[in-house]
Amino acid sequence: MNHEMKEHIKQALRKGRRLDGRKPEDLREITIETGFLSTAEGSARVRCGNAEVIAGIKMAMEKPYDDTPEDGVLMVNSELLPMSNPDFESGPPSIKSIETARVIDRGIRESKAMDTKKLCITKGEKVWTVAIDIVPINYDGILIDMGGLAAMAALKTTLFPTVKEDGVVDYHKRSTKKLEMRFLPIPITVSKIGDVFVVDPTAEEEKAIDARLTVTTIDDKKICALQKGGSEPLSVDDVNKIVDIAFEKAAEIRKILEKVN
Amino acid sequence: MAEEFKRPSGRKNDESRPIEAEAGVIKAADGSARFKIGDTEAYAAVYGPRELHPKFLQDPKTGILRCNYNMMPFSGDGTRVRPGPSRRSKEISLVTEKALIPVMNLEDYPNTVVDVFIELPQTDAGSRCAGICAASIALADAGLVMKDMVPAISVGQVRRNLIVDLDGAEEHMDENEGTDIPIAMIPSTEEITLMQGDGIIDRDDLKKALEMVKPALKKIAEEQRKALLNKYNSTGDQK
Repeated sequence: MNHEMKEHIKQALRKGRRLDGRKPEDLREITIETGFLSTAEGSARVRCGNAEVIAGIKMAMEKPYDDTPEDGVLMVNSELLPMSNPDFESGPPSIKSIETARVIDRGIRESKAMDTKKLCITKGEKVWTVAIDIVPINYDGILIDMGGLAAMAALKTTLFPTVKEDGVVDYHKRSTKKLEMRFLPIPITVSKIGDVFVVDPTAEEEKAIDARLTVTTIDDKKICALQKGGSEPLSVDDVNKIVDIAFEKAAEIRKILEKVN
Repeated sequence: MAEEFKRPSGRKNDESRPIEAEAGVIKAADGSARFKIGDTEAYAAVYGPRELHPKFLQDPKTGILRCNYNMMPFSGDGTRVRPGPSRRSKEISLVTEKALIPVMNLEDYPNTVVDVFIELPQTDAGSRCAGICAASIALADAGLVMKDMVPAISVGQVRRNLIVDLDGAEEHMDENEGTDIPIAMIPSTEEITLMQGDGIIDRDDLKKALEMVKPALKKIAEEQRKALLNKYNSTGDQK
């Protein structure tokens, strides 16, 4: 990003304004749509301003890992599609897409949001695997928060495929059995641009970020994952402020997610 | 011909699935579209003409068209599709390029590339055709000069019956015994730009199939035009 643009963003922020007219701690308007993909066991589309991301859930019956013979397998993947933004290139997953997937994964895994024991079919032989794939259609700002939200909405509405008598999965028939979620971890990334904290940056603002911290929470008390990003350091004071903002914003998001069925 | 044949969806033999087409769905792209036919959905985004790297691929006589077809991991019929290019997706990217290049004129843009990214969030057969349909709208939306639209659809044979726009259930009927022929055509000249064939068909039936598929292709071309007209209203302002 050119220096002038960054200065322009910073100057506006000093006056408490952003290029799209929002205040630093304002989220863009969020809408969520679910269950629109015929091939996925669960799906969600999150629109947030000009940004649009979809999460799809695929389930399969597979052999569990040797060290966790009674646990279903969770997998999170994200791909920054070159279709969604000219900054992304074809090829192996970029470090940015790997970080996005891993931070979202940690939130779900470490909070034990999914009871993996309940995904066991036969100990040591057969378990359900749950693959969450997150892709932007329109990329316009950090994918961790939007992708995490899309993943939650998709998981919340996922239905198991049916299993035929011979034990083979029938992907053409969905059962009425829901994938149970114990918590809905919500990642919120608070970014520091100059001395101002902002949430939900656009792609343009993202390039001006000095430091960021993602705080994933499961309710109004508990944090389950953290990730510091950006090249500048954060003070302990900064971290405390960011955590407060993250809890506040997560509460707003949870209200939207509650309506998703 | 077996008279009692009924398509699983209840469609007539020459009837295609319901179509949705939309232009300009990806804001950061130079041109974009979404094309849905039944439960098969394709997005396409066009970037360019832009500088082509690595440089040795550049052609001083013309710009080149580069298509990339990709199924999203959750878009497959069965288990998850592993991300990244496969032999199948590379071949489809190739034939997609060849399907579109005859209507393009990139000679005004030497040394450049026009990138077309095709992404499928869900598929129920006919995904390469849906990709070409979306890409064609996206290229026009990008303001590139085109001789015509390129509609594409499959025609095939199941239990000796010729049918248009096979869906997944039809493709998998009788242990995949059916025949599937995806076709792309330049409607104004009726020239074929994509043709593949998968399965056995009598030479006479192929002739019939090529006639049978024309109205469906022309209908798609209309939908493609409508999508563009919807984006640009009568005053020419962008919506």
